[in-house]
Amino acid sequence: MGLVTPQRAHFEEPLTLACGRPLANYELIYETYGELNSNKSNAILICHALSGHHHAAGIHREDDKRPGWWDECIGPGKPIDTKRFFVVSLNNLGGCHGSTGPTSINPATGKAWGPDFPILRARDWVHSQARLADRLGIDCWAAVIGGSLGGMQAMRWSLEYPDRVKHCVAIASAMKLSAQNIAFNEIARQAILSDPGFAEGYYLENNSVPDKGLGLARMVGHITYLSDDAMARKFGRSLRTGTLETGTDDSIEFQVESYLRYQGSQFSESFDANTYILMTRALDYFDLAREYGDDPVAAFAHANCSFLVLSFSTDWRFSPARSREIVNALIAAGRPVSYAEIEANEGHDAFLLPIPRYLDVFSAYMQRVGDEL
Amino acid sequence: MRLDLAHIQRWINPGSRVLDLGCGNGEFLQMLQEKHQVDGLGLEIDPDDITKAISRGLNIVEQNLDKGLANFPDQSFDTVVMAHALQAVHYPDRVLDEMLRIGRQCVVTFPNFGHWRCRLSLGAHGRMPVSKSMPFSWYDTPNIHFCTVQDFEQLCHDKGIKILEREMVGNTKRKPLLASSWPNLFATTAIYHITR
Repeated sequence: MGLVTPQRAHFEEPLTLACGRPLANYELIYETYGELNSNKSNAILICHALSGHHHAAGIHREDDKRPGWWDECIGPGKPIDTKRFFVVSLNNLGGCHGSTGPTSINPATGKAWGPDFPILRARDWVHSQARLADRLGIDCWAAVIGGSLGGMQAMRWSLEYPDRVKHCVAIASAMKLSAQNIAFNEIARQAILSDPGFAEGYYLENNSVPDKGLGLARMVGHITYLSDDAMARKFGRSLRTGTLETGTDDSIEFQVESYLRYQGSQFSESFDANTYILMTRALDYFDLAREYGDDPVAAFAHANCSFLVLSFSTDWRFSPARSREIVNALIAAGRPVSYAEIEANEGHDAFLLPIPRYLDVFSAYMQRVGDEL
Repeated sequence: MRLDLAHIQRWINPGSRVLDLGCGNGEFLQMLQEKHQVDGLGLEIDPDDITKAISRGLNIVEQNLDKGLANFPDQSFDTVVMAHALQAVHYPDRVLDEMLRIGRQCVVTFPNFGHWRCRLSLGAHGRMPVSKSMPFSWYDTPNIHFCTVQDFEQLCHDKGIKILEREMVGNTKRKPLLASSWPNLFATTAIYHITR
């Protein structure tokens, strides 16, 4: 994809949120890849997951060590082929990578919003994304695509704006979280809340950092994104130093500990604790069919688009069974749907990785999306 | 195109909803979609076939027929087609019941194990038949439930399944006189249009 530069869009028209509170004005940071065609029919929206952001593909500087988070799938010749499509990827409202969120200044107080930032739901993101589409002159997305929490937004798009989406691609997603899934999010939140540095969310004013709590939250999350198999292959029971007979004096003993601590500390340096709480809450509360009498078939009857649903065999956080529920509801609603369960050892993280069959099926479907332009 | 598939399309109404069980690479469903504008859905389990079928622009769902079709509502399709897959499923009778529950009408095709070549192989040579179209050894074959034309019609009779029409494909491309006169002996492939 090469070098990309983020852009900003400022919105002055208040956005009434699902919680009832209005957001008087806000800013969204986004990136685009590829060229918008003359009739503006080749636009694709990427919705990010829990810890994602606008930087999905390419690099910001020549010396960047890693490209955007979904560079495996976005770019010339990749499933979301930037030779054909104009791709829009934004940081969601409430995020901490440049869009208005808890670290932004609350115009009413002149201080950072912190924990007072309004509660958000997936639909709020969808509505703010629709405004970004308006701003870019995009009436209808060729496809709205997302993995995990991103897939939830893509599905919500199909119901909130049925005439503005031609294809919905929901990867490793679910129509709602299970109790077990919410429970993992709660452990993550409790880890943050119990960090003295969190200061009830006012850590910016307090000049403290809840890095321990946020790191711990990420460690728990990370375990659930991997499979037992993947962890066994990656770390096994290897020690960093010493032997299994005598143990070690190292403060970090097993390799897997070292990995988790590294992931945790990296994350706590680059992510905002209030955003993490906000995003996990949006995940927990997401329920595609709640307002349709808890009937997913009735919900999808409102959609107008075609669907691609993908799942991964060892994903236990968003298991294939959850994807099958989506597919079955779509079949019963008479919506066009394609589904593949990708054999993969990597657990939930698989949706970010270059697994050949995954890329093949995804490319095959996107080929069709492109042919229908 | 396989001869059985060429026959089936006569029974498919333009614009109807068609479910294709074991759709393979989607060649047949694509033809139905292009020539008869059907609203089609294919089920398949082979990963390569699924990718090929999706790249044809078809709607394909990865689903194992042996795990049932309970996710499909009653009478939700005009026609349910299963071409050359009956002999490969664990419970052919249950799959037939499910097809007739989901579709208003169904089309089933299968290789006729009563064909004289099969009988010759088994009767004269005492060996399980291996042919060009069924090139598998008995111990390593997807085809685990062979039946004859008569076996199938007996099953339809026992289950109260109505046979609307049948077509027999013989060894020759011409009008298969022998196959239609003595199907149990001369048909290589049997094609049934059934309903309940």
